[in-house]
Amino acid sequence: MDLGDLSAIELTLELATLVTGLLLVIGTPIAWWLARTPSKLKGIVGTVVALPLVLPPTVLGFYMLVAMGPHGPIGHLTESLGLGLLPFTFSGLVVTSVIYSMPFVVQPLQNTFTAIGERPLEAAATLRAGHWDTFFSVVVPLARPGFITASILGFAHTVGEFGVVLMIGGNIPGKTRVISVQIYDHVEAMEYAQAHWLAGGMVLFAFIVLFALYSLQHNTQGT
Amino acid sequence: MIRCVLLIFAVFSFNASAIAETVQVAVAANFAGPMEAIASAFEKNTGHKAAVSTGATGMFYAQIRNAAPFEVLLSADDTTPAKLETEGLAVPGTRLTYAIGKLVLWSSKPGFVDKEGKVLKKGKFAHLALANPKTAPYGAAAVEVLNHLGLFKTLEPKFVQGENIAQTQQFVATGNAELGFVALSQVQKDGKLTSGSAWQIPGSLYSPIRQDAVILTKGKDNPAASALLAFLKSDKAKAIIKSYGYSL
Repeated sequence: MDLGDLSAIELTLELATLVTGLLLVIGTPIAWWLARTPSKLKGIVGTVVALPLVLPPTVLGFYMLVAMGPHGPIGHLTESLGLGLLPFTFSGLVVTSVIYSMPFVVQPLQNTFTAIGERPLEAAATLRAGHWDTFFSVVVPLARPGFITASILGFAHTVGEFGVVLMIGGNIPGKTRVISVQIYDHVEAMEYAQAHWLAGGMVLFAFIVLFALYSLQHNTQGT
Repeated sequence: MIRCVLLIFAVFSFNASAIAETVQVAVAANFAGPMEAIASAFEKNTGHKAAVSTGATGMFYAQIRNAAPFEVLLSADDTTPAKLETEGLAVPGTRLTYAIGKLVLWSSKPGFVDKEGKVLKKGKFAHLALANPKTAPYGAAAVEVLNHLGLFKTLEPKFVQGENIAQTQQFVATGNAELGFVALSQVQKDGKLTSGSAWQIPGSLYSPIRQDAVILTKGKDNPAASALLAFLKSDKAKAIIKSYGYSL
């Protein structure tokens, strides 16, 4: 394992952690709204959130490259805000990963919120709990298994993504070259031994993390 | 006389149907366009069919090692066919150079790249795109050029790397990288630049990007495989290859 591999591992963990956190912050209100709203817009919003599932990742990556580029609408927006252009930056990877992994976080949360139903909320209301108080003291503890599933899926999907980061990242060492790209590089360069070590390590790490989280979830449901 | 003609006709048509075979060809992505034209000319001229799959050479190598059904490989380099031959996966003595790739420095903005490539020395750009030098021959050639110009160290922080030459071209075409090293075959049609501005890099600055073809072990007994390699050497095929910006 060389320095390039280590830097790719560090970068991937940083990206996946940050993206999972952002997904929970952004995805929770969307999922809550989708679970509760009587609005007719619900169908449209739900569909838009699920859309990244349909396009092949490299194709999605290509269109995001166009949209975030100097001639694209998002590119115009970020430039006029003084943020510069997003492609080939770590922030660009974060933004695309959040969009790409959004359905994996919103859907389990939405299902959980729907399953909780109205009654616990009504009970909380009779005890004069405010909206925020109800959400954090009643909904969040009840929805814990949903949050754990959403985090697992969001994290795992970000670690495993390849096509989108390849398009948006530009394969810059230490900045956008994540593990999946590094493994692909080894394979393409016919350095199979290095590819095997890195891929094996990634699978082992993923197994440990997922196993720990699933055990945690199982215990939660048991109590 | 009539019987004789009929007999000849019968023998001929019997032969034609018996001989017409299909050959499974793996083609490097940068050669996808010319190969399409070559495949249809090949079919018209020989009656054989070429079933073409395009992709990255390194990926084809992994697939061929794992018993992919390809019978001919048109590689993006000359090392992969040689490697396959030493590993006993290609038929010895069938390798040939079917095209030599030309490298250009290209920008989608007109007038951005001058005819001598001085834009590289000025360095007034944020991103310079090139194909991954570790895996793509055009990327390795780009690094060679920058080393020759003594600009590698200065420009390295501005590199963005495409996994292959097609992706590199997309980085530049979408304007996300102001300029980049791509294959001439990607940006010219019928001898003219399709858009933007380019510097065709002198051959003295990089070693020739030889693209070799080889018959794979699976195609050893397929007459269409050897016919395709012979056809690649024909004037008709050469004219097509040149019109796409390769030299020979």
